[in-house]
Amino acid sequence: MFVLSGVRHEFDGKRVLDLAHWQVVRGETWLVLGPSGSGKTTLLHILAGILRPSAGSITVAGQNLATLAAGDIDRFRGQHIGIVLQRLHLIASLTVMNNLLLAQYLAGLPQDRDRARSVLENLGIGDKADSSPHQLSHGQAQRVAVARAVINRPQLLLADEPTSNLDDARCREAFELLSSQAAACNATLVIATHDQRIRERVSNRLTLEARA
Amino acid sequence: MNLLTVSLAYLRSRLLGTALVLTLLALGVATITLLMLVTTQLEERMQRDARGIDLVAGAKGSPLQIILSAIYHLDVPTGNIPLAQANEIAKHRMVKKAIPLALGDSYQGFRIVGTHHDYPAHYGAQLAGGVLWQKPMEAVLGAEVAAKSGLALGATFSGAHGLGAAGAEHGDAPYQVVGVLAPSGSVLDRIVLTGIESVWFVHDEAHGLADNYRPDPSEREITALLIEYASPLAAAMLPRYINNNSELQSASPAYETARLFSIVGVGVDVLRGFALVLILGAGLSVFVALYHALEERRYDLAIMRTLGASARRVMALLLCEGLLLAGIGTLFGIALGHVLTAALGVALRQAQQVAVTGWIFLPQELWLAALALAVGILAALVPAWRAYRTDIAATLAAG
Repeated sequence: MFVLSGVRHEFDGKRVLDLAHWQVVRGETWLVLGPSGSGKTTLLHILAGILRPSAGSITVAGQNLATLAAGDIDRFRGQHIGIVLQRLHLIASLTVMNNLLLAQYLAGLPQDRDRARSVLENLGIGDKADSSPHQLSHGQAQRVAVARAVINRPQLLLADEPTSNLDDARCREAFELLSSQAAACNATLVIATHDQRIRERVSNRLTLEARA
Repeated sequence: MNLLTVSLAYLRSRLLGTALVLTLLALGVATITLLMLVTTQLEERMQRDARGIDLVAGAKGSPLQIILSAIYHLDVPTGNIPLAQANEIAKHRMVKKAIPLALGDSYQGFRIVGTHHDYPAHYGAQLAGGVLWQKPMEAVLGAEVAAKSGLALGATFSGAHGLGAAGAEHGDAPYQVVGVLAPSGSVLDRIVLTGIESVWFVHDEAHGLADNYRPDPSEREITALLIEYASPLAAAMLPRYINNNSELQSASPAYETARLFSIVGVGVDVLRGFALVLILGAGLSVFVALYHALEERRYDLAIMRTLGASARRVMALLLCEGLLLAGIGTLFGIALGHVLTAALGVALRQAQQVAVTGWIFLPQELWLAALALAVGILAALVPAWRAYRTDIAATLAAG
């Protein structure tokens, strides 16, 4: 699914990430573990093509990200990679439905209301399509964020600290949500977390070390 | 979902700011639209009233006053000139056509003009009813005069001395309405036409019977003579010829109206400058609104980037918002300008002044729209550029 080799990233002259080799097969679920400041978020950004590393090569779904021009990498990300952030960042000015349609539009894909509706129904929030994000509970908003990440049937689903600040029940629920939605589109799921509670549930782990 | 609907959603989400920008822009655009509509129509109207009249000969005095009184019937005349001298000018070989006017009285504020049939013919006037005057004390009403006064064919009325409605009436010498002119949009709409003899008759000491009235030409006076040149050469010679006569003064309508507009133009320019300041203020508020929005929406823009939007598209989104604000404000402004002009037109009509309509469209309005849109784009440019340059990884990592 993706291969990273010799990836290093420096920020302000300090090395924030150093990863010799990491290869993941499609459909697998991985955890990226490590304390704060170990470069988990940086790794996710590099994997998503949001950040170009100082050195190293990244191939996602057969595509070498280094060879893509700036605009093309954005479109590639929109079509093949779904991202769920810790703070969900739904667009408050748009309805739930329009948040999903926007994801299709910005990825350069046709806007498909039926697809959006079925994703919402699958997540149990079919009745919230015309709601505004601030009318949603946190659990509902998280479902919308996941729906937005999977609407374009990504091959790779990235989640950055999806369970922090959640109680145990919610934490379990969020993890189930991500893994079931990833499975539904046969996507590789990578979760960056320092949450011990989901550690036991995943056997594939990449542990990053803290840096001074 | 596209850039337009997303922009609209954002504009709706901060209604107050949007309303402020739209109001400022609309007021500026409306003011300029109003000025353009009114000055264009006034100039057009004044040019139409003066068309074909190359020179006016009147009594010594201000040339501007002669033009205002003899062509537009807006001012009092400078005095009278002897008929004999007017006839001498009329017969000059450089004069193609000369129309005498005798002024002095009015009816309900509308001026009574003693003249020849050449005068309505010069403006291509058509009769809506009745006939032109044939005998002294027969009068033909302009369309507006007939409508305002309610006088019908066959009715009689008395003129009042002077231009206002308060002058002493010549009650013992009433006019009879024999014709009414169709509306022409010219100065004829606002005056009462009659024969020159009628004006002499009314002011004659010894009133006789109108039918038998035979004035002595050698002692008679008229107020002004409207002259059409026979050749372009006349422009160089005729004014000097007339001004050499100690009692006469020539005035060129083209020159005097241009002078009038340059005097009025100062006021118009001040208003126009004020309106431009409003538009620039609107541009500044577009800038502030978008710049502020950029701060507020840092994460929204970063999320859009992670969803696949290129930096260029995020920039286009902000430009689209600036353009939308400017476009809607301009449309409101132009519409408001037309409505205000129409309202002014109604007010002016009640004051018996020149007719102004708000329901015409000028090509200059397109330039105004282009200017307002350019201000909107310029104001959006800096925020859009900053959105283009934003480092999304750093933004997301921070929040």
